[in-house]
Amino acid sequence: MILLLLFAFAAPLIGPEGMDKQDLMMRLKPPSAKFLLGTDQLGRSILTRLAYGGQYSLKVGLVSVAIGAGIGILVGALAGYYGGWVDKVLMGLVEILLAFPGILLAIAIVAALGPGLVNVMIAVGIRGMPTFARLVRGQVLSVRRREYVEAAQALGSADGRIIARHIFPNIMAPVIVLASLDIASAILSVASLSFLGLGSQPPIPDWGGMIDQGRQYLRTAWWVGVYPGLAIMMTVLGFNLLGDALRDLLDPRLKT
Amino acid sequence: MLKYAAKKLLASLPVLLGVSLLVFLIMHLTPGDPAAVILGPDADQESVQVLRTKLGLDQPLPVQYARYLGRLAHGDLGVSIRSNQPVSKELGSRYPFTMELAVVSLVISVVLGIGAGVIAAVKKGSIGDTLTMVTALVGVSAPSFWIGLMLMMLFSYYLRWLPASGRGGPLWTLAGWKTILLPAIALGLGSAATIARMTRSSLLEVLNQDFIRTARAKGLPERVVIFRHALSNAMIPVVTIVGLHLGFLLGGSVIVEQVFAWPGIGTQVVTAIGNRDFPVVQAAVLMIALSFVLINLVVDMVYGMVDPRIRYD
Repeated sequence: MILLLLFAFAAPLIGPEGMDKQDLMMRLKPPSAKFLLGTDQLGRSILTRLAYGGQYSLKVGLVSVAIGAGIGILVGALAGYYGGWVDKVLMGLVEILLAFPGILLAIAIVAALGPGLVNVMIAVGIRGMPTFARLVRGQVLSVRRREYVEAAQALGSADGRIIARHIFPNIMAPVIVLASLDIASAILSVASLSFLGLGSQPPIPDWGGMIDQGRQYLRTAWWVGVYPGLAIMMTVLGFNLLGDALRDLLDPRLKT
Repeated sequence: MLKYAAKKLLASLPVLLGVSLLVFLIMHLTPGDPAAVILGPDADQESVQVLRTKLGLDQPLPVQYARYLGRLAHGDLGVSIRSNQPVSKELGSRYPFTMELAVVSLVISVVLGIGAGVIAAVKKGSIGDTLTMVTALVGVSAPSFWIGLMLMMLFSYYLRWLPASGRGGPLWTLAGWKTILLPAIALGLGSAATIARMTRSSLLEVLNQDFIRTARAKGLPERVVIFRHALSNAMIPVVTIVGLHLGFLLGGSVIVEQVFAWPGIGTQVVTAIGNRDFPVVQAAVLMIALSFVLINLVVDMVYGMVDPRIRYD
């Protein structure tokens, strides 16, 4: 993870000329001392584009998860805290969202809103929201009847204050674990959308889009499509490992 | 059992209705007038108005939804804007191919996943265990479309063993198997990894229980202990995720079909998105989501059969 962060944020050092510097005389050159990972169909350095793409992937992944987690936490907390019809209505909506398998909901939303960075972040965020809502609801239900919450209620604290001050600090550990695991699947979803041509538009070097471009050159210039896939795999692997480690750290009962 | 099935089906009706409402609303998220978007920037106002009337877009939203539901109840999924053909006809012929791909991927992921999970659990702590689990972790981390391209590069372009794209024929023909193998592996590898991890942890938990110790103390061969006593008990959580994964594989097929030019709903959806053929996109998303809900319903039933402790009443 540290290497990945360093790689992404060192992008301006790796490719000081920018992510879109073209050199048509150097089209589809294999990895060499000058271009460590080769060049693409427009003669751009794949290493440079991967580094800039890393910034993009991390940013989109984080923002998407922030959107999904933000809405999910709010929905889950309200459903769990108030119960009754609020719970029924909100969790009914969550059930409906969960009826869409994985990436399909994101594809449908981007298909309707149109391709582009912001729409991808919204779509991928909404895709992850139901899991957060379910988790937070369950957690809130388990702490809502604890003495310290009832004491705060007896003292006349406002509901918002009770949720923010007394409930959240006690339920955040699993939410943090889920968030780090969800970044991994958000990055995969963003890459999938870009691969289908629904993500960022050129010249942003999105990893999924780079694989899509590399498809045509699988026979002649494998490096165009292979390296972006490796980058996605290592990043997702990093977040999965981080999630597992956080889970072991924050909730030792779940340790496998 | 029948009563339980009917109850579950009834309980999933609001979800089915909600899914149809959500799909309907998502397609109305399109910024601006969908009719204008469909016809493109050069269309004149009159054509836009004609299309609006044709699609019923000039009616209030609740009326549009009620009409949409009414049509759905009659199996009418609308008409494709591009081909002018009924969407049910266009998608109906492709749906079996998507299902075929998802089911074959599921079989591959179950065989690979349970096999690897059992080996890893039985040989816990060995190099084989570590290797299997590392491979599984890498498997869940790699995007399916990239795995597909890598398989295509290796088996179609370099080794020339299998065709790179298309569907060669039905599954009882050799050509059919040759074309489905690569997309099914690409699609199923991620699920195989998850199933392997789940099988391993579930089996390890069961292997620590008293009845396994008793079985071993009775002198039963290890093979019988693992396969007859431990595995059948360890399979309960695995069955749940296997069922769920069939649904995920249906969703994932949208992307993998695109890689291998598989003639299923997925390829059709991507083409329809490019053409802004919203009735096709809407119907395809609805078909996959409804299949997902129904699959979950079936999983619930199977769950009850696998684990007799779960009562139907």
